[in-house]
Amino acid sequence: MSERQYELLYILSPDATDQQVNEAHEEIQGIVTRLEGRIDKTDNWGRRKLAYEIKRHKDGIYVLETITGTGELMKELDRRLKVTDLIIRHLVVRIDERQKIAERMQAERQAEAEKRRERRGVSAEDEARIRRDRDEDEDSDQDEAEA
Amino acid sequence: MPQGNSRSGGRGGRSRGGERSGAGGGQRRSLFRRRKVCKFCTDKIDVIDYKDVKLIGAFVPERGKVLPRRISGTCARHQRLLQTAIKRARQVALLPYASE
Repeated sequence: MSERQYELLYILSPDATDQQVNEAHEEIQGIVTRLEGRIDKTDNWGRRKLAYEIKRHKDGIYVLETITGTGELMKELDRRLKVTDLIIRHLVVRIDERQKIAERMQAERQAEAEKRRERRGVSAEDEARIRRDRDEDEDSDQDEAEA
Repeated sequence: MPQGNSRSGGRGGRSRGGERSGAGGGQRRSLFRRRKVCKFCTDKIDVIDYKDVKLIGAFVPERGKVLPRRISGTCARHQRLLQTAIKRARQVALLPYASE
């Protein structure tokens, strides 16, 4: 079973007490451990104004969980969250794929910069020095303008 | 020698003509708007997060619609990413679907 990283954001009713918020988190944790996943990070945003009303509520308590697990686990979580009345909205998003693409693009950019440097016959240290010198020049220009 | 002179003079005339037409182009170009560049490309943002309302919100004007590419100047790739980010943000009430 392949493991993937997901992000789960859910909104609790503003009437929920701190204890109920904790209970919801524990329930999720229970499902995650039962299906051999793990919660990498939990982030409670607290009370936040909703952009539009959901079930007559004007604000909600936002909680973000980063979960590693299988698709089956997320399917089960999704099903359970749907029937939990206290949770008025939730969203599951897969994040590992986009992250990989981002890393590749960053590597590409670095390779591109390296190639350009080579073409100009400038080393990385030279480039840094040139940039510094130029920035200093710009600063002095500014000073003159102010004077 | 005289032949060479006349040839160089002709060349000079032609180049002057080129300059004139170039200046005309410059005048015409000045009527156009400043060239827009993709904000996400310049800031080197590869992942547009739906949770980053501060970033995304700038591309959702008053009415709640997605700001078109022709106005924001966002590149095709980033507009696509932005679009899904905005739609996700709407699902969890971080952004409105519509507002009057």
